[in-house]
Amino acid sequence: MRKVAIYGKGGIGKSTTTQNTVAGLAEMGKKVMVVGCDPKGDSTRLLLGGLAQRTVLDTLREEGEDVDLADVRKEGFGGCLCTESGGPEPGVGCAGRGIITSINLLEQLGAYAESEALDYVFYDVLGDVVCGGFAMPIREGKAQEIYIVVSGEMMAMYAANNICKGIVKFAEAGGVRLGGLICNSRNVDNEVQMIEALADRLGTQMIHFVPRDNMVQRAEINRKTVIDFDPAHNQADEYRALARKIDGNEMKVIPKPMNIDELEKLLIDYGIAN
Amino acid sequence: MAISAEYKDADGVLEGKDLEGVRRRLLEKYPPKVARKRDKQIVVNRVGEDGSVPVVMSNVRTVPGLISQRGCCYAGCKGVVLGPTRDIVNITHGPVGCGFYSWLTRRNQTDPDSSPDGHNFMTYCFTTDMQDEEIIFGGEKKLRLAIQEAYDNFKPKAIAVFSTCPVGLIGDDVHAVCREMKEKLGINVFGFSCEGYKGVSQSAGHHIANNGIFTHVVGTDDAVPEGDFKINLLGEYNIGGDAFEIERIFEACGLTLVATYSGNSSIEHFARSHTADLNLIMCHRSINYVAEMMETKFGLPWIKVNFIGAAATAKSLRKIAAYFDDPALSERVEAVIAAELPAVEAEAAAVRPRTEGKRAMLFVGGSRAHHYQELFAELGMKTLSAGYEFAHRDDYEGRRVLPDIKVDADSRNIQELEVHPDPERYRPRVDAQRAETLAAKGVDFADYAGMMPEMPAGALVIDDISHHETEKMIALFKPDIFCAGIKEKYVIQKHGIPLKQLHSYDYGGPYAGFKGAINFYQEIDRMVNSRVWGYLKAPWQKNPELAAKYAFE
Repeated sequence: MRKVAIYGKGGIGKSTTTQNTVAGLAEMGKKVMVVGCDPKGDSTRLLLGGLAQRTVLDTLREEGEDVDLADVRKEGFGGCLCTESGGPEPGVGCAGRGIITSINLLEQLGAYAESEALDYVFYDVLGDVVCGGFAMPIREGKAQEIYIVVSGEMMAMYAANNICKGIVKFAEAGGVRLGGLICNSRNVDNEVQMIEALADRLGTQMIHFVPRDNMVQRAEINRKTVIDFDPAHNQADEYRALARKIDGNEMKVIPKPMNIDELEKLLIDYGIAN
Repeated sequence: MAISAEYKDADGVLEGKDLEGVRRRLLEKYPPKVARKRDKQIVVNRVGEDGSVPVVMSNVRTVPGLISQRGCCYAGCKGVVLGPTRDIVNITHGPVGCGFYSWLTRRNQTDPDSSPDGHNFMTYCFTTDMQDEEIIFGGEKKLRLAIQEAYDNFKPKAIAVFSTCPVGLIGDDVHAVCREMKEKLGINVFGFSCEGYKGVSQSAGHHIANNGIFTHVVGTDDAVPEGDFKINLLGEYNIGGDAFEIERIFEACGLTLVATYSGNSSIEHFARSHTADLNLIMCHRSINYVAEMMETKFGLPWIKVNFIGAAATAKSLRKIAAYFDDPALSERVEAVIAAELPAVEAEAAAVRPRTEGKRAMLFVGGSRAHHYQELFAELGMKTLSAGYEFAHRDDYEGRRVLPDIKVDADSRNIQELEVHPDPERYRPRVDAQRAETLAAKGVDFADYAGMMPEMPAGALVIDDISHHETEKMIALFKPDIFCAGIKEKYVIQKHGIPLKQLHSYDYGGPYAGFKGAINFYQEIDRMVNSRVWGYLKAPWQKNPELAAKYAFE
């Protein structure tokens, strides 16, 4: 079982990319479980065809200690298994602690057990690594492999660099490695070259360049992944390609995060200056 | 004080030991950076002609890894200042342990029969018992329910809420909940952001408690109590019945006690405490903030007093009489002193042959390490070394150093209330001219000389003493008695040295006032002359220590 976590700046398209990629893996016959780690609980809606999932934390609250795996896990597109951690409303409580509780509960319930015969677990994590709770999937080896969704926009690259710092912190203790950058294109000038250069400097690879296409939004409005909504579309092939590359990925590294000056220089060299 | 004369050692030498050498021994095991910091907190006392003393670094962070005596901000706020008030329901908002382990462990006593409603919630322990669910989803809802439940069950006049660490981390708005419940229930409900991690010690909690009680309670009732010579006693927490003894003496003297902060107190006392004419401060560290704010807002001045020790009690009573400047009062005070002192002196004379020349160390509190030196002096005992857990420089060196105290980031985190004279109720009790006359008579307003000017040169002053330093001091000096708290008690007794708890008084007290002095003499006589310590042998003292050498063929 490969345990994969997807990180990236807020709004970069982590949930969309994760679900479309999972759809690709499912199509390849892989057994995948998705663990949504966003308090909004919307990490699996495209795979489930809508916000149909009761979150782990809500269930824990309502059912008390007597929680069954079936209460918090639903089967989605291509037989993939979907769970949502859930969490408090914005501005209340501690969402990070929620994720810790939720992942521990899933472990106790046997969601990761051998008998489940999973090929992949995907963690879709909210935003940046803001506190200990959100780093939970990369702590203690809960996730072994990280992919960072990024674009050619400056703040997305800042965030990617920052997440790499988090990975370095846990790499030695937990054995987590960076699998690569996924460029979710924003149609920025020189985007491919810039992200390739960023990947190079971080000591990793740009595993795939996902072009921007309105088909993604159209599928989303229909509560579906692209592969599900329009299997013959070019964009569906892009996600299939990404899924294949992840499946065959051998390059897993401890990244070398840059200092701010280096990062800004890279932006100037490839971005604004050109 | 009498103890200065007891010290025969030359400057820089204590009991034949070179003091710089002692300091070196305390510091030598520390890494250089730690030693540099502790070096500034371990000081050999020297008193200049003008009463000036060396600087003691204090109210700074404890070095991680050192075992400290200190408590947390929550403990200072709830446990020390607000805990002893009988008719406020004090709810700890947090996981159950914080509430449980602060459940009236200080032996604060109270007399519920002296309130018409007889309310006494001190024997109860109230907590919201936060669980995983409240941490994740926020605890405000459960807090609201807890306040409601406490109200439904007990119908108290007031409910106070104390925040523990997680409350601050997850951002529960305790104050908003309190405002809402105050509106709903029609009683006084107020909260404290006294999360344990704030500040460097429990001192931060005292300040927060002072701010809260001043903002939410003081001045909410303008009814002036009957009686002449109205006073408040601040920083007296009625451990082992101390406040009862002081109340007895006040009554005998004809003084009207409006409020005690907060031994044997009721919230109603606090509400009208601004109508008194003089504030008396016992524990300067924990309560001077309220006195300062009351002076600014309502115009009543404060003086430092000490009712620990018979001579100190008499001196304090005379100071109060001098302030009111009333012949009848002075006469009555003198009569009380004359009536009380013979019994105290007789007991001291009886005990003194057995206690004379014995040596004490005191590491406790923010005032107690100072006050109790009085009682030891009355027993002919000397204080070799003393220090506070959570005091600031003014408690060591006197308020004269206040302008020189550097306000660091840790102190800045604790709110300093901006207080202005009350437009209607500000009434200065003494004008400038009278203040001057009184000052000439020894009524030193708003002043505290500090511990060190009253200690002899050559005594070691140690702030926030660590466990390592405690053990070293014991090994070096083998004092006859050590005064600290429960956390130190058994470790020190295992060294064969009796420990008197000055937080809880163990099982004894009162030790304040005249009767208290007698109790203390008897207790210390019993402790320092007990033969039990001589029979105590550690295993390695009874049998030779196991020694071995590497064997080789």
